[in-house]
Amino acid sequence: MNYADLFRVTLPETALEVAALIVLIVDLGFLHKAALKVRVTVAALLGVVGCGAALWAIGIQVGLGLYVDESPVLAIGGGVAVAQIGILVLTALTFLLLIDLDFTRHVGEYVAVVLMAATGGLLIASAQDLLVIFVGLELLSLGLYILTAFSKGSGKSAEAAMKYYLFGGMSAAFLLFGFSYFYGLSGTTNLFGIQQAIWKSGPSVLFFVAWILVVAGLGFKVAAVPFHLWAPDTYEGAPASSAAFIASVSKVASFALLISLSNSWLRIGERSWSGTLLTGTLLTFLVLAAASMIVGNLAALAQVSVRRLVAYSAIAHAGYILLGIAFIPGISGPGTKSDLASPVWVETAVLYYILTYGLTTIGAFGVVSVVERATGSDRLDSFRGLHKRNPLLAAVLLVLFLSLAGIPPLVGFWAKFNLFAAVLGVSAGAVPFGLVALAVALSAVSLYYYLQVLKRAYVMPAIDESPIKAHPVTMAVLLFIAATVVILGCFPALLQGWIQSFYPIP
Amino acid sequence: MSGLATGFPILTLLTVLPLAGAAVALCSGKHARGVALITTLASLALALVVWAEWTRFPVIGGYGFIEQHTWAPSLAIEYHLGVDGLSALMLVLSAIVTLMSVDAAHRVHHQPELYFGLVLVLESGLFGSFTALNFFHWFLFWELSLIPAFFLIKLWGGARRGPAATQFFVYTMAGSVALLVAFLAIFVATGSMDFGQLAFLASTGALEPMVTAHLGPVMLWLAIGVLAGFAVKVPMFPFHTWLPAAYAEAPSPVTMLLTGAMSKMGVYGLLRIAIPIFGHQISQIRTPLLVLAVATVVMGAWAAAAQKDLKRIFAYSSVNHLGYCLLAIFALAVPAAGTAAQTSQAMALNGVILQMFNHGITAAALFWFVAMMQQRTGGHRGIDQFGGLRKPAPVLTGLMGIALFSSLGLPGLNGFVGEFLIFRGVFSLAWVAATVSVLGLLVTATVILTVIQKVFWGPVANHCEGFPDLHHNERMALIPVIGLMFLVGLVPSLIVDSVNPTVLNLLAHWRF
Amino acid sequence: MLAWAIYLSFAGALAEALLPKGRAALSRWLALAVAVAGLAVAVAGYWAGIGQGRVTIVDLAWVPSMGIHFLLAADGISRVLVLLTGIAAVAGVLFSWNIELRTNEFFAFFLALIGGVYGVFLSFDFFLLFVFYEIAIVPKYFLIAIWGSTRREYAAMKLAIYSFAGSAMVLIGLLAAYTTAGSHSTTLDALAHAGLPLSFQFWCFPLVFVGFAILAGMWPFHTWAPTGHVAAPTAASMLLAGVVMKLGAYGCLRVAIGLFPRGLDPWGFSLLGIASWRDVFALLAVIGIVYGALVALAQTDFKFVIGYSSVSHMGFVLLGLMTLNQIGMTGAVLQMFSHGIIAGLLFAIVGRIVYDRTHTRQFAELEKMHLAKRLPFAAWAFVVAGVASMGLPGFSGFVAELQVLVGAWQVNPWWVAAAGVGIVVGVAYTWRALQKAFFADVLPTPNEHPRTGWPKFEPITWPEVTGVALLGATSLIVGLWPSILLDTIEPAVKALLAGGVQ
Repeated sequence: MNYADLFRVTLPETALEVAALIVLIVDLGFLHKAALKVRVTVAALLGVVGCGAALWAIGIQVGLGLYVDESPVLAIGGGVAVAQIGILVLTALTFLLLIDLDFTRHVGEYVAVVLMAATGGLLIASAQDLLVIFVGLELLSLGLYILTAFSKGSGKSAEAAMKYYLFGGMSAAFLLFGFSYFYGLSGTTNLFGIQQAIWKSGPSVLFFVAWILVVAGLGFKVAAVPFHLWAPDTYEGAPASSAAFIASVSKVASFALLISLSNSWLRIGERSWSGTLLTGTLLTFLVLAAASMIVGNLAALAQVSVRRLVAYSAIAHAGYILLGIAFIPGISGPGTKSDLASPVWVETAVLYYILTYGLTTIGAFGVVSVVERATGSDRLDSFRGLHKRNPLLAAVLLVLFLSLAGIPPLVGFWAKFNLFAAVLGVSAGAVPFGLVALAVALSAVSLYYYLQVLKRAYVMPAIDESPIKAHPVTMAVLLFIAATVVILGCFPALLQGWIQSFYPIP
Repeated sequence: MSGLATGFPILTLLTVLPLAGAAVALCSGKHARGVALITTLASLALALVVWAEWTRFPVIGGYGFIEQHTWAPSLAIEYHLGVDGLSALMLVLSAIVTLMSVDAAHRVHHQPELYFGLVLVLESGLFGSFTALNFFHWFLFWELSLIPAFFLIKLWGGARRGPAATQFFVYTMAGSVALLVAFLAIFVATGSMDFGQLAFLASTGALEPMVTAHLGPVMLWLAIGVLAGFAVKVPMFPFHTWLPAAYAEAPSPVTMLLTGAMSKMGVYGLLRIAIPIFGHQISQIRTPLLVLAVATVVMGAWAAAAQKDLKRIFAYSSVNHLGYCLLAIFALAVPAAGTAAQTSQAMALNGVILQMFNHGITAAALFWFVAMMQQRTGGHRGIDQFGGLRKPAPVLTGLMGIALFSSLGLPGLNGFVGEFLIFRGVFSLAWVAATVSVLGLLVTATVILTVIQKVFWGPVANHCEGFPDLHHNERMALIPVIGLMFLVGLVPSLIVDSVNPTVLNLLAHWRF
Repeated sequence: MLAWAIYLSFAGALAEALLPKGRAALSRWLALAVAVAGLAVAVAGYWAGIGQGRVTIVDLAWVPSMGIHFLLAADGISRVLVLLTGIAAVAGVLFSWNIELRTNEFFAFFLALIGGVYGVFLSFDFFLLFVFYEIAIVPKYFLIAIWGSTRREYAAMKLAIYSFAGSAMVLIGLLAAYTTAGSHSTTLDALAHAGLPLSFQFWCFPLVFVGFAILAGMWPFHTWAPTGHVAAPTAASMLLAGVVMKLGAYGCLRVAIGLFPRGLDPWGFSLLGIASWRDVFALLAVIGIVYGALVALAQTDFKFVIGYSSVSHMGFVLLGLMTLNQIGMTGAVLQMFSHGIIAGLLFAIVGRIVYDRTHTRQFAELEKMHLAKRLPFAAWAFVVAGVASMGLPGFSGFVAELQVLVGAWQVNPWWVAAAGVGIVVGVAYTWRALQKAFFADVLPTPNEHPRTGWPKFEPITWPEVTGVALLGATSLIVGLWPSILLDTIEPAVKALLAGGVQ
């Protein structure tokens, strides 16, 4: 392995790490005695600069990924770049929303941990080797546990972090166990190497056991049913910006990882259509997807805490995304194929979905945190009369929640449409169709709980009529997010075209 | 007259004129009656012009003053107007009766502008339905006349006006539905809604096969549906039960309209629509229809005899008089008539048309008198509430007496001519029915004489002491009407001459 | 040019949302100006389109990689329905003149809804149509939830969820059709000519049809309609019954029948006399006609009568669509227009003119109020609206219903018999409502009778008069000169039928 290569390929990660160190130095060293506001502003800005540097680094990446002994360890370009850019942009937005942070005095540490977690995210998005995956995953997860616990004054925060940590640790163990079996089966830790080996040797019981273990571990990460139990508590207990980060960045990274897995391992049976291998691995994803959609949407109906509502809706959205990931390689069977549909249609659709979903979620958490700050709780009732107390904020809430519900002409609708069209476009048969129908139907159900929040904001009379003030930077960021949601929804070709530009023209 | 050519839409003008008048009347407040009088006078003038001149210009298919434009081609709906002798006479009748009604209504306290507006809209409906030659157009005006009539009863009527108005509306509406369904079926089978075309198809015998081909053997049912629609309007036993209540509860000027003109819509419908198109089917069920007609005649007379309320007496008497029309119409539905029978048919048909006109005038006049009596005694109209009126009101007695005798059918007055011709014709065509109907004549005579005796003769009743006689205005208004009764009674050829060619033309084209 | 109706409405909505609070008068006049501008565009577009077939207005490649086009076009049917929307919009604004609570937000939602409706009628790309269809859902929710009356929050949510469920079904159909056709394009023409296999059309047609028919108030998916109409504020009910239900019917025609015509073919077997989806939906339509009428007859709340009568009248539209012949479908489109106007007028009278003054809609109370004397304008306006609703010749409903019946007769006479029953019951319930609300002579008991004479109602305002005149005149004009609309509708229906619907 060539260290120059390593440096070239991991330039973005390096940039983030450097930024983290700088933040620590500046905050603990120079600004030790300064006011909280100043420290926060400086740290956040440094974080944003760090993200910017990493983005620039991605921009100048050329060539192939990192190879060790002829097998890829880290990939660059294509979908990986898209995911990494998404992670960085969302991290930057998280920093901007940090501006009125007040739950901790350890600002530098917080920002540094965020940056380090983001680094982990970048790693798993590009990882092609089991060990690298695990390292990146742990880097990300440990960071997230810490971020959840950061609000030392809140019992909920500590409880949530504890649950998250215990659950997460256990699933990491499962994951590692599964990885070890894969190594045993194939003799290599490289994803494609494993694919080749298993294709040669055919399916076996051990493979399926390992597969289930890996799915369990990764299902936890994306909060898929039945590995989702940590999510509502974490979303509720963590400080707002941590929750925003978990809900957006870590999701993007985890799904990017799943895309890599889907590209490699789900193609195992590709050459033989009737391979039980394929149907077996595909089936697990489908079951997870269906279960997440159903449980997530139904449970959200009953929530009275907006954060938990968002958590369950996140589970539901994870279900839709998993549906997409399951069909990335498509089922080639008798049926129509489109010439417009490139082989990567589903993959780009999934990326589109997770990026826009992440953006919308950060915005949603931004609104929730403002309201929480002013009213002291995130119950539905604290949103009452929002249209009077802060009309702009209510408008942002309207746009974001309707986008999550999938109402055109907002981006959430396009993301869903694109994803479902892609799934059906590359696969024929009753199974993909049935699941897409289920997803659409459950989307209709989801309108009910999103409207519950909007009903409080617009329809029901306020309990307290005093105006709610938000920090101007926060408002600016939220308005920017809302505007982006509208614009991307009205002109879907913009983001779509940008994502597709990363892929080689077929 | 210069400017009058078949190109000038005189019939449209005639139909629209009352509508314009109604619009003006609605804005005129208490001058509404004046506006209505002017409008009805103008309509009368126009109607007389139409009646006098319709043969002067090219007559197509028996109709003059034809106006024909496409309206909604996909449904074969055309704006098709035209008059022949029958319709022209009806136009004149409607105009006269409406004028009489407006004249009689000189004490409308409550919202007169609305009252006269509705009356004028009703007149327009009458004109429209008498000149229409396409089903849709005809049906539109048929239905349109219902609304003002309903409101006139409902808003200005007597104590039990609510149920009376509702019953009137419901019955007539039900009849209209039957008509509509039947004509829809005809349209589906033939693609035409034009009365002329349909009559032609029927007269060549082509209609029934067309209908049967499209819809099955339903022609008889369609005929019954159409008859039902008209049976309600005329009315014919047993669909007449709405009439006494409606006539009694409506304010008398409105009753004049109902009996003078609206009831003629039903008979006209039979002559213009039912017989030409469904003649064959009618001749197939001629006997039951004759039975019903006779029942109408006899029952009407008997019921009149049993009433105590003057308005109800005259209401049932109207039923009886119109029963003669029905009798004649059904009697002449004889297939393949020989020359003798044809003469009888012509006589009967002439009689029907004359009876329509005469009964209209007479009945309207009678109700006018009742209105005057009510006004003078604060609302009394029971036969027993009056007595000896000839003493305080000789002019009234004289004029009303003439009208009553006309209703009885005294020769020399107009009521006689129509009934005479009808019986002449019907005796040859259906002597049993004619014989039984004579009963009706006898009972009617009894009723009328009883009325005369109780109201005018005998000791003067209590409150009739200071009964004021007719004013100058009223005399001026009534004398022409009475004069008309004498005129038509003594010189019936005035009307018969203009009607007879139409009669012969119609009979020539009807196929039973 | 017609596209300006859409743009102006949305621009107006945005402007209204940004207006400062407390400027109610400015809000109203702005809304009226936008609505009138939209109507002017609609009329001008209608005029310009006479004699033309389908005219493409805008065609942009929206998402080229997927073949989605921003395609706005108009044929005869679209122009007629756009005209309806324009008239209904102006009338709706006029009848909302007295709204004081959050006036600018009301008109913002109102104009957004109108914009969405215009969009649906002018879209010839399935995806674009769907987008506009969905856009119309959210403003409805807020209009009812914030400004409505009886049980408004429940009614609003029910309406939103039903509509969304229906559109979910349509979305599934859209996705399926698009991908089965090879994922080339979402324009209606492309999908119609894509040669979708028969087996596909057999299930996709009912799915999409039912999805749209829910919004059209087809029995038994109609239950959102009476609740929703009653709860909604007047202008919203007028729009809901008048225009939004027509969105559903239009979708059934343009999309379901237009794209999947083979779905109406006989199945090959017959179940209790039903042998195709066409029979099924015709049966449901007829049930809707009769059921709606019978239930309307039994209501004690004035507005519920009108709500159920809407379900009944929409049954005529759906029946007309199922005849699949020229005259029946022409009648269906004409009925869409006619009922849109008449329903708007009925709701305006009941909601704005009567309810806002009497504060009750129960017949038992209205009977004692002598409304014929105290509110003669309302009474006579309702007479006109009522006879138009009954289908009296001279008003628009007669010709429309006549055409539907003739068309239905050509397919199955039993349908006509049942529909005829519906018409007769229609006369009955309208009559009953008229009598009970305005012309009942029920005298109040002594202690109900006001001692000091009847309190005066607020006088009738000029917007109300203008609105009634606009709607009443439209129905009358179309009734007397149906060729104004028929000349435009008939060629369009012919073209649609020639395109493969047999």
